[in-house]
Amino acid sequence: MSVETPLIGGPQPVASNNADNPLNGVRVGVVTFPGSLDDRDAVRAVRLAGGSAIHLWHGDHDLQGVDAVIIPGGFSYGDYLRAGAISRFAPLMEQIAAAAGGASGNARALPVLGICNGFQVLTEAHLLPGSMIKNNSLHFLCRDQRLRVENADTFWTSEYFQGEELVIPLKNQDGQFVADNYTLDVLEGEGRVVFRYVDGNPNGSRRDIAGISNEAGNVVGLMPHPEHAVEAGFGPDSSAKGAVGVRGGIDGLGIFTSVLKKLVG
Amino acid sequence: MPRIVVDVMPKPEILDPQGKAIAGALPRLGLTGFAGVRQGKRFELTVEGEVTAEVLEQARQAASTLLSNPVIEDVTRVEVLEEDAQ
Repeated sequence: MSVETPLIGGPQPVASNNADNPLNGVRVGVVTFPGSLDDRDAVRAVRLAGGSAIHLWHGDHDLQGVDAVIIPGGFSYGDYLRAGAISRFAPLMEQIAAAAGGASGNARALPVLGICNGFQVLTEAHLLPGSMIKNNSLHFLCRDQRLRVENADTFWTSEYFQGEELVIPLKNQDGQFVADNYTLDVLEGEGRVVFRYVDGNPNGSRRDIAGISNEAGNVVGLMPHPEHAVEAGFGPDSSAKGAVGVRGGIDGLGIFTSVLKKLVG
Repeated sequence: MPRIVVDVMPKPEILDPQGKAIAGALPRLGLTGFAGVRQGKRFELTVEGEVTAEVLEQARQAASTLLSNPVIEDVTRVEVLEEDAQ
């Protein structure tokens, strides 16, 4: 018996096609910069979770009234200067920074998720503390990574439980999270370490940190890619929940259902 | 046209993986006289006309906002290139 896996790019029914789904009314914007890579995967993840995904262009000044924003992975502006450094000054980023409540954020402000390069953009924009430097191995890393959810109270993690583990892909060159010890102590003390690497630190990140949030918890950044683990047939070969079929891992889906359900209330 | 040079270096307390890799390669060339390497960036900002105090201030602003990230880097130099001044 062979396991049937869907064709790459084959049309799959997605939950948001169903008008009866209450999550369908939540509009999540996904920003595309020149050099973005995972914007379409993030759009698909939002739809698979049941929400409505809206394409946003970095050069626009209009957030189109979206309820949440995802800044996806990739190599915006070719990673020139520093990863995220030039994207930070895009017109749409100014709108996002203001709507997210600035550096400290606001629990009622726009929820924002930065994935990989999106995380780098959020640190450069001072919406999240710290910064990313080259992996301590100096290699580009691409592997399935186990994480632990350290804070299940954010907009983007409420579908998980505290301490829950997930396996999602990690792929980057500048993934080493750094911050001074005072900042790290504040992050730990305020429960703002949202994800931590488990089973070994892949890139030298301080205190095994894989993802953090702002003070209010509406802005979250994480290095690995939940949007690549949302659909059986296209995910990792493993899951933190036990054995799955080939490419059967969908541990990342909860990130997207979290924000949808939170916003529906 | 005069140029303003901006040097940016990784902060001393930040590990510099690139510098470390370069330091590891030097002995392979037989160059054993160095205890360490740190890699920074140099920017040259070309100015049209005279470098006024205002332009120099703009260069400083560029250095601290866009050209460097204060979390991981220090601006170690912002000055007009001598060779252009002559």
